[in-house]
Amino acid sequence: MKAIVRVEQLQKSFGGHVAVNGVSFSIDAGEVFGLLGPNGAGKTTIVRMLTTLLRPDGGRALICGYDTCRQAGRVRQCIGYVPQALSADGTLTGYENMLIFAKLLGLKGVERERRINDMLHFMQLDDAAGRLVRNYSGGMVRRLEISQAVLHYPRVLFLDEPTVGLDPVARKGVWEKLEELRHTYRMAILLTTHYMEEADTVCNRVGILNHGEMVATGTPLELKEKMGDPAASMDDVFTHYTGNQLDTEGGSYRELRQVRRTSRRLG
Amino acid sequence: MNSGRCAVPAGVSVEGPASAAGGVIQRTLTDVLAIAEMEVRKLRHDPTELLTRAVQPVLWLLIFGQAFSRVRAFDTGGVAYQAFMTPGILSQSVMFIAIFFGISIIWEKDMGVLQKFLAMPIPRVALVLGKALAAGVRALSQAAIVFLLAALIGVPLRWHPVDLLSAAGVAILGAVTFATLSMIIAALVKTRERFMGIGQLLTMPLFFASNALYPVSIMPDWLRVVAAVNPLSYMVDFLRGALVTGQLANWPLDVGVLLAACVAFTIIATYLYPQVVA
Repeated sequence: MKAIVRVEQLQKSFGGHVAVNGVSFSIDAGEVFGLLGPNGAGKTTIVRMLTTLLRPDGGRALICGYDTCRQAGRVRQCIGYVPQALSADGTLTGYENMLIFAKLLGLKGVERERRINDMLHFMQLDDAAGRLVRNYSGGMVRRLEISQAVLHYPRVLFLDEPTVGLDPVARKGVWEKLEELRHTYRMAILLTTHYMEEADTVCNRVGILNHGEMVATGTPLELKEKMGDPAASMDDVFTHYTGNQLDTEGGSYRELRQVRRTSRRLG
Repeated sequence: MNSGRCAVPAGVSVEGPASAAGGVIQRTLTDVLAIAEMEVRKLRHDPTELLTRAVQPVLWLLIFGQAFSRVRAFDTGGVAYQAFMTPGILSQSVMFIAIFFGISIIWEKDMGVLQKFLAMPIPRVALVLGKALAAGVRALSQAAIVFLLAALIGVPLRWHPVDLLSAAGVAILGAVTFATLSMIIAALVKTRERFMGIGQLLTMPLFFASNALYPVSIMPDWLRVVAAVNPLSYMVDFLRGALVTGQLANWPLDVGVLLAACVAFTIIATYLYPQVVA
């Protein structure tokens, strides 16, 4: 099976700090791949390189066979991206948020209306479509953002901490919809998360990052079995590979501020 | 280690032969309009911003204008001072709005909206021009307010429909020009705090080193040089011709300079814009 995302020896430094150091992995169509790691491990940097926002210093990434630097335009056509921070426009209605994206994607007329309405319906947002997004709940905002990102049926969907700041019910709603998307459109999904139990239940495979290096990849089951303890959880796996250290260098003040702001706004 | 550095500059993507030039231009225009439409829709949901923006020109025209029209300190070419300064105040308010527009880009970067747009298959130049045109929309509302106010307090403008339309057009062009300049600054400074500082540092000199409030003829030589390279002067010159004096002999120069500045700023902004998120 040909991988739809192929990452080879990806490298990125900021100033003197090596954020991503020779990371390689691949994702198949219809697969949910979780990037796990403590704050500052390089998860978001990898997502930004794969979504063409950041240029790698070395190595390369191919998405649907296109190089993320040399064929960035092609890559953008086959990906959808939901950033970690709140990115739907609160001063517009849900429908308007979708409409602008549909227009930007070049959708027209009847087809545009059909896709917008289908997606709003699929995400159970049809009743709220006419309301301003600033009055949405956190789970609704996330579902709207995902709807925007998949309007053009991308082959790969990137989600950076999709459930951060959501309550368990909202979180479950988001995962159900993502699973349906994956199943219906055979979309590959790459997500980053801090929640190990989520990674365990949602991801087909995971990669664990520590200090910019991929320290383990495999299915959650494989990784747990490697621990040699039948009762091992993903938390144990995570601690095993990333060390039990308090993260002293991880997560800049800026990052933290963003996460907190997101959770506050979504909470 | 594999040195996979890309040879292509940021923002430029190598596309297949399928994308014909005509299709690209049409697509870009559609995208520019979609982004501008987003701003119009936002303003429609919450028009208070348009009203608060109206306060400054009102103060300038009513207070500064009334007071200065008694002074007759310099030659306004035979027109009343309030009429002389009205195009200047319109230009100034448009420039102020446009030059602080970049802050919304920094805001959007911090929020993650910009990242989402940059990961979409949209030409970079459409993102820049769409945003700039959104500033143009606000310029238009500003022009409407200044025209209305001038009519209310009896400023003797020419009120020629064609001239009003061309003035509105040049106001939009000026807004787009200063908004693209603003995006260049935003891409370079990257934080809101620094941007506010630079914005304030720029607006006042651009305003005072122009023909907005007084004719260039009363300036010392060095200031005339500044005024001559200041795009705002050309905007004021056109608006003054269209709205007040009727002397539009300079219009090709005025529009030409604004267009040239606009194209140059757009090219630089298009190149720098994706780096805001880096």
